Amino acid sequence: MPSGCPYRRKCARPSSGSAWSASSTAWTPDFNCIENLRVYGRYFGLKRAEIEARIPKLLEFASLQSKAAAKPGELSGGMKRRLSLARALINDPDLLLLDEPTTGLDPQARHLMWERLQNLLQQGKSILLTTHFMDEAERLCDRLLVLDHGRKIAEGRPRELIAAHLESDVVEVYGDGAADAALRHVGLAERVETSGETRFFYLREPKPLLQALGADHSIRYLHRPANLEDLFLKLTGRQIRDEA
Amino acid sequence: MLVSAYALPRVSWRFLPVLQRNLLVWIKLAGPSILGNIAEPLIPLVAFGYGLGAMIGQIDGLPYILYLASGSIAVSATMAASFEALYSAFSRMQMQKTWESIMNAPVSLDDIVFAEMLWAALKAMFSVAAILIVLFVMNISRAPTMLLALPVLGFVGITFASMALVFNALAKGYDFFTYYFTLVLTPMTFLSGVYFPISQMPEWLQVIAHVLPLSAAVELVRPLIIGQWPEHWLGPLAVLAAYAVVGYYIALVLTRRRFFR
Repeated sequence: MPSGCPYRRKCARPSSGSAWSASSTAWTPDFNCIENLRVYGRYFGLKRAEIEARIPKLLEFASLQSKAAAKPGELSGGMKRRLSLARALINDPDLLLLDEPTTGLDPQARHLMWERLQNLLQQGKSILLTTHFMDEAERLCDRLLVLDHGRKIAEGRPRELIAAHLESDVVEVYGDGAADAALRHVGLAERVETSGETRFFYLREPKPLLQALGADHSIRYLHRPANLEDLFLKLTGRQIRDEA
Repeated sequence: MLVSAYALPRVSWRFLPVLQRNLLVWIKLAGPSILGNIAEPLIPLVAFGYGLGAMIGQIDGLPYILYLASGSIAVSATMAASFEALYSAFSRMQMQKTWESIMNAPVSLDDIVFAEMLWAALKAMFSVAAILIVLFVMNISRAPTMLLALPVLGFVGITFASMALVFNALAKGYDFFTYYFTLVLTPMTFLSGVYFPISQMPEWLQVIAHVLPLSAAVELVRPLIIGQWPEHWLGPLAVLAAYAVVGYYIALVLTRRRFFR
């Protein structure tokens, strides 16, 4: 990461006319939103007029017009995150680095953030983001790197990765009858995994299993397409890991 | 790590917005801090200067309150710069993560440390300016040379900010700074000819006293406050510069190691 790099000329100077920006959550608590953006713009050596022209647009982009004079401490988590995004955009970068942009947000705030990030992608900006939410990665990413303990274990487009590593369908079976069902129907799936009381049937042809399960009224189950979360768990295992 | 932690400082003009940031925060909160900065040195000045001064009479031909005021103004510069470069800089570096977010912009750690050092010195000058006005208003001294004491005390601020940043770079928490104040700065104020002449102390202590940055500061500033030119200025300036240069370099190396190890 750039902030971990001591060598100003190599890291922090945007090269070949492009600029990057990284969001961070550190605020000056005594400054309001406008002042925080203004002061941050100066770190990039931007001219005053340029900064002042951008601030209203950025506040609008972040849906924070009504909070322009509020201090960061008065903002909700989602608002703070959007202010971070606005601040990272102050130098109109081509590349944005975002570290877990929606962690800890409620669904509405998360969807608003996703919408804004999609918007930036449509404007032609590149985004490099880290996330623990596989649906976020699936939604936003053209290219995906799966990292485990700092090592790359898969790379590619989300749909292609899923197709390459996983069966197309998943049937999750819950509750007391799940273990028995797994024993009885294991032949109908290509793979069965266990996580706690739940059994995951991975298969390409779900009809026979769904018919068999449908006949048994004591069993609760869910049929869905395989997703990135399945891929991640297949590649990294289902065990809880100690924080490395 | 691409560049050695021991490389010489590389400062770009990007330090300016960092300095400006701290100034803007200070302006927002200036009211209470100005009052504190004036009141803190003023109270002992009145108590000891007038109270004790009535019993002591004169020291080195000066009324005690003038002797005390012309010494303790250097202590004020020292304390203001040290406090800013310890507690406040640590808040920005560690607690608020301000430095990290600044480094996400094209501003380097070297720029930030330089800005923090200058800012602490600038803040010392603000405190000192307030005290000079009080000395003028109270008619303790109205010498024109007092104006020159301001830049000199700015330089004293640079020296003590640089020294303090060494301890800032080493700190794990605020508690650590108590040691610096209690074991370094407080004894130094008693050894530096602020409250009584250095010549009152045993000879071996006098030798130590003469290489302390605060006694160098007092040697330069006291004459300027009372309306004279310093008898010796090269030696004290050299002492202050030595502490500033060595302190700043050590502080920078340690801060780089703290961030980039």
